[in-house]
Amino acid sequence: MIGLAHLLTLSTILFAIAVCGIFINRRSVILLLMCVELLLLAVNFNFIAFAYFLGDLAGQVFVFFILTVAAAEAAIGLAILVVLFRNRISVNVEEFSLLKG
Amino acid sequence: MQQLPEIFPLILFYGWSGILIAAAVGVITARNPVHSVLLLVLCFVISAAIWLLLRAEFLAVALVLVYVGAVMVLLLFVVMMLDINVERMREGLTRYAPLGVVVGLLLAAQLSSVWWLRQSGLEIAAPEDSLVFEQGNTQALGTLLYTEHLYAFEIAGYILLLAIVGAITLTLRRRRGLRVQKVSEQVAVRPANRVRLVRMPAEKDE
Repeated sequence: MIGLAHLLTLSTILFAIAVCGIFINRRSVILLLMCVELLLLAVNFNFIAFAYFLGDLAGQVFVFFILTVAAAEAAIGLAILVVLFRNRISVNVEEFSLLKG
Repeated sequence: MQQLPEIFPLILFYGWSGILIAAAVGVITARNPVHSVLLLVLCFVISAAIWLLLRAEFLAVALVLVYVGAVMVLLLFVVMMLDINVERMREGLTRYAPLGVVVGLLLAAQLSSVWWLRQSGLEIAAPEDSLVFEQGNTQALGTLLYTEHLYAFEIAGYILLLAIVGAITLTLRRRRGLRVQKVSEQVAVRPANRVRLVRMPAEKDE
């Protein structure tokens, strides 16, 4: 039978991979957004696992709201990305230094 | 009906987890952003399959339909629309990769140490039917959502509305000098706006 440890390990591995991805792809905004999606997926795994093992549906409700907010975040993030690309012809993070002061 | 062996869900879980981790590694190391997005879609589909094992049927379906069907397709649209210079993005990849791996391993060790230490006290037996409801997962979740978490649900709706308005406002572009037809002005036009009667003396033929 699947144990809680299995799921927490899977979630931890997924989270660590996503954090690695943020370091590796720190130039491209699109890949950073994708890594954030992976982070949220790993967190959702924890919620689902605890909902299952504690027999409480509140964890699944939380995942529902996290999915909602993640969808909104992705939509606005991509809109900002499109506007940035239109103005700068690039998605490189290092070229976005307009607010340097 | 023949009962499936006890080990069957575990085999499924290990198989899917392997694919999931391989796809996640592929997402962060793929050279082409389009490949990254497609591998991310694979990640989400496999996650939905694992969630089905954990009796989160509604969320698994919602993840595939809403997340893969809408959000990932939007991401794919943007990635394909923008002309990204992949080679320039990959400069300095090796410079920060060791740091990323070290941070990732540290994080994994830290997170796993927490549950490993707590495991003695947090001995949770795998429940056979912890989340099995008579009316099914979707109806149980809906009942909980519309009664206990009603305010949060409404706020979630407002957040989505805000996202719609924000995304449209950000990307809306008004072009100058575009010849468009304004129907309201055309309908509201008066004869005086178009024709001007000029009174002038008739000229005599010389």
